[in-house]
Amino acid sequence: MSSLTLRQALVRRRYLLGAWPWRAALYLLSSVPAGLVLLVSVVLLAATGAALTPVLVGLPLLLTLVLIGIPVAAVERRRLRLIDPVRLGDPHRAPERPGLAVWLRTRLREPATWRELGYAVLFAGVLWPLEALLAGGVLAVCGALSATPVVMAAVTGGGEVRVLKLYLADSYPQAFAVALLGVALLPLSAYPLGWAAVGRAALTRVLLPSEPGGLDARIQELGRSRMRLVDAFEAERRRIERDLHDGAQQRLVALSMTLGLARLESPAEPLGGLLARAHDEAGAALVEIRELIRGIHPRVLTDRGLAAAVEDVADRSAVPVDVDLPLPRLPQPVESAVYFAVCEALANVARHSGASRARVTGRADGGRLTVEVRDDGNGGAATSGGTGLQGVADRLSVLDGSLLLSSPPGGPTVLRLDVPRVPAHPAE
Amino acid sequence: MLRIVLAEDSVLLREGLVGLLERFGHQVAAAVGTAGELTAAVAEHVPDVVVTDVRMPPGFSDEGLRAAVALREARPRLPVLVLSQYVQRAYAEELLDSCDGVGVGYLLKERVGRVEEFVDALRRVAEGGTVVDPEVVRQLLRHRRDPLERLTAREREVLALMAEGRSNASVAQALTVSEGTVSKHFGSILTKLDLSLTDATNRRVLAVLAYLRK
Repeated sequence: MSSLTLRQALVRRRYLLGAWPWRAALYLLSSVPAGLVLLVSVVLLAATGAALTPVLVGLPLLLTLVLIGIPVAAVERRRLRLIDPVRLGDPHRAPERPGLAVWLRTRLREPATWRELGYAVLFAGVLWPLEALLAGGVLAVCGALSATPVVMAAVTGGGEVRVLKLYLADSYPQAFAVALLGVALLPLSAYPLGWAAVGRAALTRVLLPSEPGGLDARIQELGRSRMRLVDAFEAERRRIERDLHDGAQQRLVALSMTLGLARLESPAEPLGGLLARAHDEAGAALVEIRELIRGIHPRVLTDRGLAAAVEDVADRSAVPVDVDLPLPRLPQPVESAVYFAVCEALANVARHSGASRARVTGRADGGRLTVEVRDDGNGGAATSGGTGLQGVADRLSVLDGSLLLSSPPGGPTVLRLDVPRVPAHPAE
Repeated sequence: MLRIVLAEDSVLLREGLVGLLERFGHQVAAAVGTAGELTAAVAEHVPDVVVTDVRMPPGFSDEGLRAAVALREARPRLPVLVLSQYVQRAYAEELLDSCDGVGVGYLLKERVGRVEEFVDALRRVAEGGTVVDPEVVRQLLRHRRDPLERLTAREREVLALMAEGRSNASVAQALTVSEGTVSKHFGSILTKLDLSLTDATNRRVLAVLAYLRK
């Protein structure tokens, strides 16, 4: 029952038996006191506000008038749930900091506030009188018809009654027939009343700003928070790289140097042999740590940018790679994401493609950076199977970028990535 | 004996390098920790050769390398040996481009562990030679595969050793062949790479590197 809306209930056979007609009536009728209070408030606020403006006391009153749409919309959203369980979301942003001034500034800058004000004015001036007329009219007609015999007995003492000033009933059978008509009309009128309530609810949904504004804001915040995560991750990578570089690597170089000097003293076996072995081990450790550091975050990317870093990767690739990247320096998150994407692509080329040659091309035209990695291999690459390309796609999506893979069986494989030159959600 | 100005921000390594160089009878005129101090020390001491780290304060980027390039622009005959913690073609190229690569070296820092080779490389740089880390040479060779595909395996070996700045005698020794064989190989390399024959060792290396860089 609770997941049903009035609109859906109206087309069911059991509509009249349930609570729906009453809900519809309550929805329409509750508009009347609410609208009345609103109208009085608006008029009072406007009048006293305008009158008192010369002594400045009126200004806060006028400001309250401007903001009156906010509570009205809140009430309307709640009232709507009488006949429609689908919630209408609150479009307002939470102020960044506590405090009345910040709250005011936030609200006055939001378009939602102004739309709600417009709704409040419409509600106070037009909507509630219409509803009062409609619901009140239906109830009055049914009530008047049903009450005909009572009226006849009490007021005219069995004489005649002019029902609704249209029809003259001058006998009790006639009066009871009219009353019967009134009772029969009541369930029938539940339908137009129901449809009126549906129409009114639809109007509220259209006029009151809802999710779109709020959802946009939330999506933006989500984008920013993802960006912050990626940034934090990136900063951590650089910190680890720096720590390894300044710490372990330097110590190993010093150790290797000391061992090298010790070997110069050419001690007798077995010490000489052991020294030589230790020296070789230190050398191997240095090679490993150098590669490790480069994998974590290559220095050249920070110092020289994307093009130099990609050329560097191309140099190391087992498959010959031509690089054509006439790029300016780009924001660091963009360079990083694209760099690691190209690394992954070239690693795949070397590992799986069977290609004899690959090519990395890229342009930064207008607001976007497009980079393409193409090989002449067997094709058949997929983004879903390996986690590598999936990770790349995820990382690019944080920047509002995209990854396109074309790899028909037999090749060639073309991987194209496209990102805005400036990240869409700068982490604040 | 060489008079050396040394720039290295890690105290551990700086002390170690000073000890090492003095062990081989050289004189370290100044050992400094920043690129700015390096420039000042060179102006003050006018050394025979400069040894510098790439990454140094204040930015911990490539200050050492930039200082080295700037120093060589100001004093074209100043030999500089740059020590780097990573193989970086971009850095090596920038350095080699300065003053035609005369008296210049780019070595991985870990080479200082091979103390005799390191001191030998330093001496060659001080004498106006060109020394490029074998790792970088390997990368350069791998990078420009096309023209080198015409070379035989042995010719490539010779070229790689030459690019490290070795003399014909040294190459001959490394490959256990005669010096005559080496110069024959090199002649055919130059022919295959369409390079004109010159006799200065660095000129030849530079010609090869310049060709490889294109």
